[in-house]
Amino acid sequence: MSQENNNQDRIDVDIKVENSGSAAVQDAPAPAEVSTFRLVATLAVAGVLAGMLIVLVNLHTKPIIDKYKAEQLQLAVYEVLPDVERYDTYYLVNDALSLSLPDGAKESEFKRVYIGRDAIGETRGVAISRGESGYQDVIMVIFGYDPVAGTLSGMKILDSKETPGLGDKIFKDMNFVDQFFAGPQTPLLGVKSGAGKGQPNEIDMITGATISSKAVIGIINHALEEWKPILDQGIPEAPAEATSGEVAQ
Amino acid sequence: MRTTTAQQDFIRGIWKENPVLVQMLGLCPALAVTNSVANALAMSGATFFVMSCSSVLISTCKRFIPHEVRISAYILVIATFVTLADMLLQAYAPAQHKELGAFIALIVVNCMILGRQESFSSKNSVFRSLLDAIGTGVGFTIALVMMGGFREILGTGSFLGYPLFGPNFEPWVIMVLPAGGFLTLGFILLAMGAIEQRRKDRAERKEEPVAEVSS
Amino acid sequence: MNEQTLFSIFFSAMIVNNFTLALFLGLCPFMGVSARVETALRMGFANIFVLVLTSLAAWFLNTYILETAPFLRIISFIIVIASLVQIVETAIKKLSPALFRQLGIFLPLITTNCAILGLAIFQTNRGYDFLQGLTFAIGAGLGLTLALVLMASIRESVEFSDVPGIAKGTGLVLIIAGTLSMAFMGFAGLF
Repeated sequence: MSQENNNQDRIDVDIKVENSGSAAVQDAPAPAEVSTFRLVATLAVAGVLAGMLIVLVNLHTKPIIDKYKAEQLQLAVYEVLPDVERYDTYYLVNDALSLSLPDGAKESEFKRVYIGRDAIGETRGVAISRGESGYQDVIMVIFGYDPVAGTLSGMKILDSKETPGLGDKIFKDMNFVDQFFAGPQTPLLGVKSGAGKGQPNEIDMITGATISSKAVIGIINHALEEWKPILDQGIPEAPAEATSGEVAQ
Repeated sequence: MRTTTAQQDFIRGIWKENPVLVQMLGLCPALAVTNSVANALAMSGATFFVMSCSSVLISTCKRFIPHEVRISAYILVIATFVTLADMLLQAYAPAQHKELGAFIALIVVNCMILGRQESFSSKNSVFRSLLDAIGTGVGFTIALVMMGGFREILGTGSFLGYPLFGPNFEPWVIMVLPAGGFLTLGFILLAMGAIEQRRKDRAERKEEPVAEVSS
Repeated sequence: MNEQTLFSIFFSAMIVNNFTLALFLGLCPFMGVSARVETALRMGFANIFVLVLTSLAAWFLNTYILETAPFLRIISFIIVIASLVQIVETAIKKLSPALFRQLGIFLPLITTNCAILGLAIFQTNRGYDFLQGLTFAIGAGLGLTLALVLMASIRESVEFSDVPGIAKGTGLVLIIAGTLSMAFMGFAGLF
C-alpha cells in the first residue's frame, strides 16, 4: 500500500482495499494505478459514443413510430365518429377550446378533444378520450359524442389490462360494445343485464364483469361532466384548412 | 484463460447452467411476460439481441475498461442496446411492444446479462463471448417459451393464438394471471428437481452392487 | 395527465397491483433474502427509501431534462439509480455501520432490483405528477415490504414442516408466492 504514486492514486488504492477486503492487499502492488482521469474519461467517451448511436437509431425510428401512433389515433377517432370525413384537434387552453397551443407549451400537458366534420365542414361529433381505474388497472376509452342530441355515437377501448376472459369482454363482447354505437342518451346508466326498464340511457353491463363495465360507463360519464360545460359554450367553426389526415380506409 | 472448449461455452447456457431454471437469474421477465408464447418469444428475442451485442462489444473493449468502473461501463453498454431494442421494437412490432410494455426497459437490470459480462465476456475472446451469449440466450428462450406455452395452452386453450381445443374447453384463467406465473415456474422447478433426484438415485444404485434397497 | 386519485394510486400500488405479487418486480430480494422476518423488514425499508428517492429523481428528469431527449430515458434512469444506491450505501456505512453489516451484499443489489427501475418507468408511462409519483413510490415500497415480510414469516413456519426434498428451496418459494398472489387477487376491484 505504500506506493509513491500521487495522492489521488493512493485514495484509489484505499477505496479498492476497503471494498474488496483482504484479497486486494495482494493486488495493491500490481501494475500502476489507473488514474481517476482515465476512469472518468473512459466512461465519458463510452457515454458519448452510446449517445451518438442512440440518436442515430432514433432519427431512423422516430418517424415510423410517430406515423403509427397518428394512424392508430385516426382509426380510433373515425371508428367512434361515423359520418365524419375529417377531424380537428382542439386543446383546452384557459377553459376554452383552441386549435393552437400557447407558445412553448408542452402538448402532453393539455387535455384535448377531436371535433369531427363532414364533407362540407359541419360539426358531426366530438371524440373524447379518458382513462380511469377499472378492475385490474387503468382503462383508456375513447368515445364519440353528439353535442346537439346528447347521445353517444360509438366507443372504443384504447387500452385495457382487465382480466382475460372476464374483464376483457368490455372490448371482446360485441353485445356490450354495440350498445354504445346505438346512440344511447347521456348520462349513461349501467343496469344489470335484463333488469333494465328500457330507458334510452341504459347500458346492459356484462354479467361477471360488472366492475369493468361500470368503469367504462363511469369514464364516459365523468368525461362528459368535465367537457359538457365547455362544449355547450359553442363549438368553433371548422378551420379553412383540414388539420387531420385523410379518412381512414 | 478458460479450459473449456468452444462447444462447451455454447452448450453450457442451454441446459446445464440454464440462466432461468438453474441459476435463477432473469426471473422478473420470465414470470411477467410469459402469459403467451408470442410475448415469450418477443422478450427472448429482445434479450438475445441485447446480450449478444453487449457481450461482443464488451469483449472487444475489455482492454479499455478499467477495473474500477467496469460495472458502470457494462450497465452503460447494456442500457444503450436496450434503448435501441426498445426503439426498434416500437417501430417494427408495435403490437408486441405494447404487450411487453415496461419490461423491455427492465432488460437492463436483468441480472443474467450483467452476470455474463462480469464472469465471461470481460475475460474471454470475442468469439467465445458471442458463443456464450448465444448459448445463454437460447437457454433463456427455451425456459421462457416453455413457461409461455404452458401458461397459454392451459390459460387460453391456444398456442400462438391458434385455438387447440374445442369451444368446450374451459381455460384455466389463473394461468395467465400473475399467480399462474409463480405456480408454473414452481412446478417446472419441482419437476426438474424430481428428475434430477431420480437420476441421482439411479447413479447411486449403480455404484452399489450390493443393493440394500430391494425393489 | 393521469386521472387517478392519490388514494387509488397508493392502494393499487401496495395491494391490488402489488409490485412483487402482481407485477413481478423485486423478485431477486424476494427469493433470496426472505428467510427471516427481521431481514425482510430491513430490506423492505431500504427499498422504500431508494424508491422514494428514485421517484423524485425520475420526476425531475422527466420534467426538466428528458423532454428534449426522451430516448435517453433508460440510460439516464439507470445511471441515476446506480448513483443513488451508491450514495445511500455510503451514507448508511457512515451513519450506522451495524445496519450496513446486516444488509451486507443486498445494498448494491438494490441497483439491479427491477422494482426500482420499474417504478421509474411506470411512473413515466402513466404520466404521474410529483405528488402522484411520491404516493406511488410509498405504496409500492410498502407493498414490497409487505410481500417480503409475508414470505419470510411463511418460510419461518415452513421450516418446521415436512417438505419433500425436491421441493425445498426455490420451488417451494415460488409455489408459496403463487398462493400469496392468488390471495392478493381478492383485493382487485375493491374501489
